[in-house]
Amino acid sequence: MTSDGELSVRAQVLLWTAQRASAAVLAACVLVHLLTMIYAVQGGLTAAEILSRTRGSVGWAAFYALFVAAVAIHAPIGLRTVLSETFQWRGRALEATVLMIGIVLAVLGFRAVYAVFI
Amino acid sequence: MSTLHVRIWRGGEEGSFQAFDVPRLESQTVLDVVTYIQRSLDPTLSYRFACRVGMCGSCAMTVNGRARWTCRTHVAKVATGGLLELAPLANLPVIKDLVADMTPFFDKWARARGRFQGTRTRKDDFARVSPDTEQRRLADAGIECIGCGVCYSSCDVVAWNPDYLGPAALNRAWTLLNDVRDADGRARLAAVAGDAGCHACHTHMNCTERCPKGLAPTASIAGLKRATALAALRGELAVTE
Repeated sequence: MTSDGELSVRAQVLLWTAQRASAAVLAACVLVHLLTMIYAVQGGLTAAEILSRTRGSVGWAAFYALFVAAVAIHAPIGLRTVLSETFQWRGRALEATVLMIGIVLAVLGFRAVYAVFI
Repeated sequence: MSTLHVRIWRGGEEGSFQAFDVPRLESQTVLDVVTYIQRSLDPTLSYRFACRVGMCGSCAMTVNGRARWTCRTHVAKVATGGLLELAPLANLPVIKDLVADMTPFFDKWARARGRFQGTRTRKDDFARVSPDTEQRRLADAGIECIGCGVCYSSCDVVAWNPDYLGPAALNRAWTLLNDVRDADGRARLAAVAGDAGCHACHTHMNCTERCPKGLAPTASIAGLKRATALAALRGELAVTE
C-alpha cells in the first residue's frame, strides 16, 4: 500500500487476477449447484433430504467450501470497483470496507457449510 | 433543394444548442455542413479540422448523440428525418462550441508511455522486422490509430473513472509493447496496469464499435491485461520512473 492509502499497482493487478480466477471457479460451482438443485427437487424439497446428502459428506463440504471461498474473493473485489466508479471512492477506507465484506461473506458461508456437514 | 435542420452546441461547458438551416446537397458530409454554417451563416462558430480525408483525426464530434469523424460521415447516413445535432466530443472539457480540449486525452498517452523508445542510433543499420512474426501482426492490428478521440469519448469507463487511461492510450501502449525495437516495455507495463489502466476496462467494446478506422482497442486492452497479470504474478511489475 502506498503512503496515501492506495494499493500498489501490483496489488491492484493481483486483485484483478484473483477476481478472474475466482470467476472461473464460480462458473463451474454455480453450474454444479444449479444442476444439483434441479435434480434434488424432483422428489420434493425437504430439509431432511438436503441434510441426508450433505451430512458427513466430505465431497459436498469441500465443494461448498470452495464455492464460499470463491464468492468471498470475487464479490468484494467487484464491489470495490462498483463503489469506486459510482462514488469516486478510493483509498484505505474503501479497501478496509470491502475486506470486511469479504470476511463477513467467508464467515457466514463457512458457517453454513459446517452447519449442513455435521 | 431540400433543407437540413441543424442544431449546434454553442458556448463552453455551459451553453445551449443553436438552430441553423443548411441547404442539403448530394454527398454532403457532416464537416461540409459545419463549414457551410461557419462560412455563410455565422463566422463565430468554432470547430476543428485539418485534412478532410480521414487522416488527421481532428474533426471528431458528437453527431446525433454518437462520436464520429465528421469529414467521412455522410449526412445521408446519420441525419434521420433531416435533423442533425452536433456537439463537442464527450468526456473532454469543452473549449468553445464544437472544440473539445484534447489535453487530458494526450496527457494520458504520455502517462501510458506512448512514446517509442529505441536503442539504435543513426549509425546502426535499420531494424528488420518480418511481417510474419506474431508481434508484428499484433502491432499492425492497432497501428493505424489517428488519435481522433472517438473511442475515448465513447468509453463508459472514462466517464465513470476520470483517471482511466482510455482505449486510445492503451491501444498505443499495446502496439509499442509488440514493437521489437522498443526498449521501454517493462516500465510501460507498469504504467498501463491497475485501477486507472487496462484493468479498469469492462469490455463494453464501445471503442471497438465506434473506431472510425475499424480498430479493436478492446483486443489491445485484453492483451495488456494478460501481459500485466503475468508480470504481476512474476513480481516484475515495478513502477520505475
